[in-house]
Amino acid sequence: MSRLEKVKIRAEHLNLYYGNFQALKDVTLDIRENTVTALIGPSGCGKSSFLRSLNRMNDIIEGVRIEGQVIFDGANIYSPDTDVVALRKRIGMVFQRPNPFPMSIYDNIAYGPRIHGERNRARLDEIVERSLTQAALWDEVKDRLRSSALGLSGGQQQRLCLARVLAVDPEVILMDEPCSALDPISTTKIEELIDELKNKYTIVIVTHNMQQAARVSAWTALFLNGEVIEYDRTSKVFTNPRDKRTEDYITGRFG
Amino acid sequence: MAEHRGRKPTRSWAELVPPVCAGVLIVATLAVIVFIAERGLATFLVHGVSPREFFFSTLWKPDRPPEAGGPALGALPFIIGSVLVTGLAVLLAAPLSIMTAFFIVEIAPSAGRRIIQPAVEILAGIPSVVYGWVGLSVIVVFIREHFGGLGFSVLAGGLVLAVMIVPTIVSVATEAVRSFPPEAKEAALALGSTRWQMLRWVVFPAVLPGLITAVILGMARAFGEALAVQMVIGNTHTVPRSLLDQTITLTSGITLDMGYTVMGTAWNNALWTMALVLLIISLFFIVLSRTIAKRGVLR
Ligand SMILES: Nc1ncnc2c1ncn2[C@@H]1O[C@H](COP(=O)(O)OP(=O)(O)O)[C@@H](O)[C@H]1O
Ligand SMILES: [Mg+2]
Repeated sequence: MSRLEKVKIRAEHLNLYYGNFQALKDVTLDIRENTVTALIGPSGCGKSSFLRSLNRMNDIIEGVRIEGQVIFDGANIYSPDTDVVALRKRIGMVFQRPNPFPMSIYDNIAYGPRIHGERNRARLDEIVERSLTQAALWDEVKDRLRSSALGLSGGQQQRLCLARVLAVDPEVILMDEPCSALDPISTTKIEELIDELKNKYTIVIVTHNMQQAARVSAWTALFLNGEVIEYDRTSKVFTNPRDKRTEDYITGRFG
Repeated sequence: MAEHRGRKPTRSWAELVPPVCAGVLIVATLAVIVFIAERGLATFLVHGVSPREFFFSTLWKPDRPPEAGGPALGALPFIIGSVLVTGLAVLLAAPLSIMTAFFIVEIAPSAGRRIIQPAVEILAGIPSVVYGWVGLSVIVVFIREHFGGLGFSVLAGGLVLAVMIVPTIVSVATEAVRSFPPEAKEAALALGSTRWQMLRWVVFPAVLPGLITAVILGMARAFGEALAVQMVIGNTHTVPRSLLDQTITLTSGITLDMGYTVMGTAWNNALWTMALVLLIISLFFIVLSRTIAKRGVLR
């Protein structure tokens, strides 16, 4: 039990501004190791902003200002001496819309290892096969690794994106509504994958589908207007929430 | 019924305008091609010049009297001159323009939009006679003083053309780079790429067909440019031995000689053959850039 309770990432008093607009307000949240944490809430409440502040993907947006700390394995990722490239290798990300590179399936997966220095052909082959297998895509694509990734279906593309992240061997995987552009069958596949991967990785998933949060996560945070108004074990959030607004949201009274 | 009455007036002669215009355009294009081809082929068919002589001989004596053996129509110097100045111009302009395109889109979008793109548009709008004149008074003089020779040279032609085709390459290449989906760039960064790695290994290979198209369009422009080149290249009917030698191109050869020739003579028709060569090469460039654009990885 204690292993499951270890805090992997701690956000402390996080404020995030886009220019003058404050998108996150004093967010404090612990992400536990080898668990799935779901971030739910109505659209525009700051879920993506929070997720992207965990691997500093907000850095590339102009006019973003962040206050507070994100402690990852004991070090603040916003301290000036953080190596952002190394950080993003350890904290991978799957996006809302599948975004494969316009290159072959093989090259998509091998891209990460290659830029991080892997040149050995046999090692790359091995990584590609392992990552695609982990993402439950190997059997579907093993005969066409050299064809364009853009020829895959949406669901396959999203699993490819997951495999691409797994190929760099991250510790944490951030997923921003990874199923919102997918059909129900693909969604089920991704959810099954999340269930398998949680034993090895720390997963944070944004979803606006509450059934999905309930199915895949152990902890759930509910965001509202940039604040976390409820954060607890998923079972507790869904059956016995502390905040009245949580109950309203979960029963579909807004959002 | 009411609908029918309302619609009827619009189904009138006005609808015939687009197809008629298109038809006129097609007929005009075909007419030009047929005309040039007919004149151009006359050199071989009527005057009995062998294609071998035309394309591989360097002897150009179009007004040689019959008793001396008749006109000698070796067009090789024109062809080599065109290829050399075009090649040099592309060699100089392409790397610069492609880097500029990446700079505009990826490195400094605001400076790109405010300063570089307007500058490029101004370059595009300058008439070629002005380029030629500046080339004549600055580049030719500079080469003469610093490298020797007369200054009129392949080098001068290449430099002037390079500046002239930068706008073409930059604008087409910028569109290509800009068309790359931003989501895929985010994915590359999120995997721990540096900006450079993302541009070099993800964006560049994907937009390469577009970049090649840009270069081909620039090449076509350089190949077809006449006036500015003619002003700085010397126009001697010789094959250059170095970049500092004078030479002549297909385009400058035509513009120089066309006033002195009489319709129907071998000389006149030889100029039409050169025009035909220009036309065929331009068509080839267009077809090539279209195939590459279609074959591109990005759809
Ligand atoms: N790049 C941006 N510039 C300005 N405002 C933004 C930007 N991205 C998001 N926002 C705003 O921040 C708020 C939170 O957005 P986001 O984190 O994307 O919410 P969610 O993912 O929960 O839908 C929204 O009001 C949104 O309009
Ligand atoms: Mg979002």
